[in-house]
This record gives sequence, C-alpha cells and structure tokens, in this order.
Amino acid sequence: MTDTLKLSHARKGDRGVIVRVGDHARTDEHGLELERRLLELGFVEGATVELLHEGLFGRDPIAMKVDDMRVALRRHEAASLTVRFEAARVAGAEFASEEVPA
Amino acid sequence: MDMAVRSARVALVGNPNSGKTALFNALTGAHQKVANYAGVTVERKEGLIRSATGRTMSVLDLPGTYSLRARSPDEEVTRDAVLGRLAGEETPDVIVAVADATNLRLVLRLVLELKAVGRPMVLALNMYDIAQRQGLRIDLERLSAELGLPVMPTTATRKRGIDELIAAIEVAAGALSPSEENAWTAPDADALRGAAREAERIMKACVRPPERPDTLTGRIDSVLLHPVGGLLILGALLFVMFQAVFTWATPLMDGIEASLGALGGWVAAVMPDGIWQSLIVDGLISGVGSVLVFLPQILILFLFIIVLEDFGYMARAAFLMDRIMGGAGLHGRAFIPLLSSFACAIPGVMAARVIDSKRDRLTTIMVAPLMTCSARIPVYTLIIAAFIPNERVWGFASLQGLVMFGLYAAGIISALAVSFVIRKVFWRGAVEPFMMELPAYKTPDFKSVLFNLWIRARIFLERAGRIILPLMVIVWALATFPYPPEGATQPAIDYSFAGMIGHALEPIFAPIGFNWQMVIALVPGMAAREVAVAALGTVYAVADPESATSLLGATLAAQWSLATGLAFLAWYVFAPQCVATLGVVKRELNSWKWMWVMVIYMFSLAYLAAFVVYRVAVSLGGG
Repeated sequence: MTDTLKLSHARKGDRGVIVRVGDHARTDEHGLELERRLLELGFVEGATVELLHEGLFGRDPIAMKVDDMRVALRRHEAASLTVRFEAARVAGAEFASEEVPA
Repeated sequence: MDMAVRSARVALVGNPNSGKTALFNALTGAHQKVANYAGVTVERKEGLIRSATGRTMSVLDLPGTYSLRARSPDEEVTRDAVLGRLAGEETPDVIVAVADATNLRLVLRLVLELKAVGRPMVLALNMYDIAQRQGLRIDLERLSAELGLPVMPTTATRKRGIDELIAAIEVAAGALSPSEENAWTAPDADALRGAAREAERIMKACVRPPERPDTLTGRIDSVLLHPVGGLLILGALLFVMFQAVFTWATPLMDGIEASLGALGGWVAAVMPDGIWQSLIVDGLISGVGSVLVFLPQILILFLFIIVLEDFGYMARAAFLMDRIMGGAGLHGRAFIPLLSSFACAIPGVMAARVIDSKRDRLTTIMVAPLMTCSARIPVYTLIIAAFIPNERVWGFASLQGLVMFGLYAAGIISALAVSFVIRKVFWRGAVEPFMMELPAYKTPDFKSVLFNLWIRARIFLERAGRIILPLMVIVWALATFPYPPEGATQPAIDYSFAGMIGHALEPIFAPIGFNWQMVIALVPGMAAREVAVAALGTVYAVADPESATSLLGATLAAQWSLATGLAFLAWYVFAPQCVATLGVVKRELNSWKWMWVMVIYMFSLAYLAAFVVYRVAVSLGGG
C-alpha cells in the first residue's frame, strides 16, 4: 500500500518522503514558479519531511523539517507536494486521490 | 586589464542566515560604506580588504538568496551584480560563496548555479566552529575537488580563518582569465532537480552527519512555536518592547530636546535678531531636533529587532503572525515592518524590503503609516489632556488611557482594513506564497549587534535628515514670510504664506469642525506631525508651548468645542502629515504614482473620519 498524501493534509508528527514536487493540475506560470521555489528551498523528490508545528488558526501555516533544515509554509503551498508517509501515522487520514509515480 | 593597477572586486553571495554579513564585517572591519544601488533602494554595502601582501580589494556584500532566479528587489540586485548587469557596477572578479557549514544542502545547489557565471569562486564554510561542536565532519579536500574551487573554513564572529580566506581570494583574483564566458540562464524545474541531486551526491560524499546534532533549536521551537503558548510569548515580548520603547527612551528624548533648546537659546543670544537667526533657530535647529528626537526610540526598537533577528526569532514571529495578518491580506513577514512603524513609519517602510513579493511589499508600505508612530503622541497627549476628563471608568481604567488605546486600535484596525481592500480590489484575491527557512537559533554576537545598530542609526539619520531638513526650511519660510505689517494685532504667522494657505483652505475644513487656526497649524505639521503642537502654540500666541502644553491645552479647551477636539484626533489617526515618510515611500517604491495614491487615500480617510466624528459628536451635544 502506497500511503501517498498531499503534504497539506498532514498533521503534526507525520513523517515521510517527498515523492512529487509540483501539481500537474497547475501548469500555469504561477504553479510552475511555485514548483521552482519549492525546489530551491529543499523540497525535492526523495527528501524526508516531518511536520513539526502547526499554527493556531486552521492549523496553518505549518513548520516542516526538510532533511536537516526547518522550513515554514502555508498549507496552500504544501498542496503542491506529494509525500509517502510512514504507514502508522496516516490511518484515517484523507488520501490524495490521484496516481503518483513510484 | 592589468590586475596590478586596479583593485580586484569581490562579491559575497550566500543563502540568508549564512552569517554573510558577519563575514563581511570580519573581512572589512570598520572600512565599509553603506549606500544605495543606483535606481533601487537596496542597500549597497561595500568595504575594503587588505591582503597580507598589501593588496587592496573591494568587497560587496550582496543580499542573501537561494537562487539567482530573483524574486524580491534584494535578490534582483544579487543576480544583476553577479552577472555584471547592474548599472554603475562592474562584474565581480571573484565570487565568494558563503555557506553555513551546518546547513550545506541548499548552498551547494546555489554554488553549482553560480559556477555557470564563469567567475573564479571561493567557498567559505562559515560557522565552522558550530559544525565542529556538533561533530559534523566535512572532507574539505574532497569537497574542493568535487566543486572544483577552493573551500575555506571560517568562523566570522571569532575572526577565525579570515586571513586564509583573504589569501585564497587573492589567489583566485590573480588567476582571473577574462575570457571566461557567462553561461548562466534561469534554471527550469528540471535543471533545479538535477542540481539538487548533484548537491545531494556531493553532500553524501563529503559530509558525515553530526554526532551531536542541534537538538536545542527543536526544543526551543516546541515552546516558541506552540500554537497558544507561542502567541502568548510573542504578545508578552511585544508588551516589553513597547514599554521599553516608550519608557526607556523618554529621558534620552527629553535630554535631546533640552540640549537642542539650549543650543537654540545660545544661538538666539549670540546672533543678532533677524532673518538669519530665525532660519538657524526655527528652521535648522528645530529641524534637526525633530529628526534627532526620535532616534532613542528607533535605536531601542532596532536593538530588540536586531537581537531577535540574530537569535532567529523573527522568522518564528512571522510564522505565528502569518494567519492573523493573512486574514487581512498581509504577508507574515509584514509583521516586522509594521512593528517598526509604531516608532516611526520611515524605518518601517524601509524594513519592508524583506518581503519578497512585490504586491505584499506594496501593500505593507501603503498601510505602514497608519500605525501610530511616536510623532502622533504629542498631538494625542495635548488634545486628550485638553478634552477628555481625567476620570476612572469601570473602577480601574483611566478614561484618557482608554482614548489613547482606542486611537492605537483605530490605526491597527484601519491598516488591516485597508490592506484587505487593496487585496480584494487591486490584486483580486491572488495569494502570494509564504515559505521561509526557520534558521537554527544562535546566540547573538554582542559586537555585531552594536555594529548593526550603529549602521541602522546612520541610515535613518541620513535618509530622514536629507528629506526633513530641507522641508523644515521650506515650512519655516512659509510660516515666516511675508512679515506682518506695522502695527499688526494678530500673531505673525497669520500674515504669512502659511496663514494665507490656512485661510484659503478654511472653507474646506469647516464641515469637519476645524477653524482657521487649526488649518494654519496643519501646514507646518506636514513636516512632522508633532510640529503641529508648536504651530498651534504659535497661532494661539501661547509662549513656549513645548514646556507649557497644559497652558496650550487650557486655551484649546476654551476655544474649541469637544466635537472639534475629537475630530482633530480622528484626523490625526489617518492624515499623511509627514512629508519625510512620503519621500521615503516614493524612493522605496520608485514611483510617484503610489506615493500620490497614499496621499489621496490617507487624506480622504482623515477627512471622512473627522467628518463622521464631528457630526456624531455635534448631534450628541458636543458641538
């Protein structure tokens, strides 16, 4: 079972590996620019991520550990990242419906 | 090009939080000057280094970036300076890539990108002491071989490795072959992925993970980023900061006012009466005073901001505030500029440079002057003391204090409302991404804090001084010429250009309850808000209004209705009564159009607010 999920659905303590950066539904300049900026901040395929902290209102923004550095972003941007989470953490979570290349 | 006759140019490039500025300070010491790049307001920091062989090289400290694909004005400067595209700047001879040795991944990707520029490059592994303390092993020779450039470990704050770095820069400058082609083009997503993979491979080959990784940052974050506790701590921190700004600064401000008053008195005593004495005392000295008097507050505010920034807290504050400010369409990073604006909008507007999206930066600058700056306080204090009874309400709160609080709240709420409208009307709900690195916590270095404070103070005095001084002279001239006729019965200002403007504008201000004396006071009040207090003293012929505000207050209470007093307060919440701020806004946005948009929207809000307050107060019997 591939427990892939958009990072925007993750909760505090969730851990996993990024399997895709960028959202193929968003191929406009805005979406492409977001993809490049995420890559520049270390969100690359294969990087390990862990959700460390959530904001008070709407659990937004979120603070992530990406490999060995800490990054803050909004869930809106996190929706462009697909992550394979450690299975134990994601029971009952909402799964990304789309297919993800392995 | 003969390298012997001109000094080599060195550019420092690196990620934010890599200790680049500390390295710049260690390389150049006090030999640095801060100016602006031509046409943009990004600070240009240049300094000189002298090598052991006696050669001088100029160093440019470029704004931190993750990529040459620039987004903010700061990052554009870095890109253009590196590529030699910046007007008035020559291409650097040597690039020094500055890395946080404990956080190499992203900077290695940047180094790979910088290699395409084709300039000789040196990699400085800064904060090397922290890496060693963590037991992080970096194979320097292997790293140097993989990247094809010299790698020098440095600890800028302790000045370690600096001489060796300078020697390496000198060798690189000597090896310059001017025919190297610049092959840089903005990388697309695939190129970024490829470079990230390559950086990862080099990382794995050369760096052994720390034996004692930094767990302190995680532990501090679990307190400071706690959803509820974090916000409470931020609130407490802000409370302490405001207390400090307004209580610690008071004796210093009184001291500055007293010494400039004494200087003015001395000049008045030794110079013959007349136009030159008036220009120096009323124009220049009080002009300098109106700038200097805010320096203590600005220094205290910046002391807090610099220490918190160096500690690594400001990124956390932006995280905590992002959702709260995001509701009004502001970026989390707008928090620092808006905070600075409580002391003075000028450093606030300048601090908006840290915001990388143009739209968010513009919105922040447009609302920054709505924050209650300290120049409004003398006006608020005078009017509140004159019109609001000194009573207790609900048993414990002072009515005067509540009105003051209400005026602050009105500023904050209107700033949020205006940014909300700007987002909805102009940007049609487009949301700019919020993502930022949360750097590891570090103990701020005492010397570098003081040094940065000194640089901030100098920049403020230069910017504000350059705008305020000439303005004060203009306003002085308006309030002085022409002289009153022989046997004049009214105060001299009544016959001056300022008086004429006041009388001419009176019909416009009559509907909001302002009389002609108030309108006259608004003219010099354009130079700086608090000058209106002195101007009211002049038109009501109250001698020495600064030390006799209670007397002036009594005069106003007798001459104005309550509705007029309240309308004046409402006016001051919104009116852009500070030409220096407008000048800085024009420079920062490089646009007359947006400056005029600000002037018009703020005057309109001021008029509307004063009108509503006046009419409501009159109908309730306060006329």
